Amino acid sequence: MKNTLLRSIGEKERQISEKCVLVCAGIVTGLANGLFGGGGGMLVVPMLAFLAGMPVKNAHATAILIILPVSALSGIIYAAFGNFTLSAGIPVTAGVLACGVLGALLLKKLPVKWISVIFAAAMLAAGGKMLFF
Amino acid sequence: MEFLYFALAGAAGGVLGGMGMGGGTILIPLLGIFLNVAQHQAQALNLIAFLPMAVVALVIHFKNGLVEWKKAIFVIVPALLFAVLGCFAAEKTGGDALRRIFGGFLIALSAFQFISALKTE
Repeated sequence: MKNTLLRSIGEKERQISEKCVLVCAGIVTGLANGLFGGGGGMLVVPMLAFLAGMPVKNAHATAILIILPVSALSGIIYAAFGNFTLSAGIPVTAGVLACGVLGALLLKKLPVKWISVIFAAAMLAAGGKMLFF
Repeated sequence: MEFLYFALAGAAGGVLGGMGMGGGTILIPLLGIFLNVAQHQAQALNLIAFLPMAVVALVIHFKNGLVEWKKAIFVIVPALLFAVLGCFAAEKTGGDALRRIFGGFLIALSAFQFISALKTE
């Protein structure tokens, strides 16, 4: 009896702390994604996986459900401030859509580890250029 | 010609995004560094250009039962509220300052990416 009670309290506390982690992850993700116009997905995946204990595949899938409405709302606000033009928007969106499918198909065939390393190096170089020059 | 360059930048971001690597973080610097798109415009393009692909990906993931939507709700609500704050903060920031802050953010994210790359088999 005492044991069940203790266990149920522990379970409730665990659920509450998990919800706090999820809310904090949302605050960080939303703020960064709105301020930088992206990158929220790269932040929320590790937070879902390592802080909220979600399997990595589920974290990737769930991150899209989170980022989709957040980016849609942010995109509307950016556009309302006059930062969006269709003449650039149409080709970029078409390129993303066409090659996004390609990327998903290539995922099974390419050495993902080395592409990730190259991608990380490219981000570091681009970040350095944007920060200092 | 410019149309083609924009499509190529989108394609590069799309391939990486499709591989689940955060294609947006490379699309914004590509647009800024090679196509001279202003920082605010590049960020707006990134936010909007990935929406159709995200819808397609989400439908597939839902069918495969990978989306934990009950947990996602706790993230989405605060994320939406703070995204509005982030957007207004970006609008109040000048283009040059925003580009530099974004560069710092990119360097921090590249550290994340290096770690996750090394963990990949």
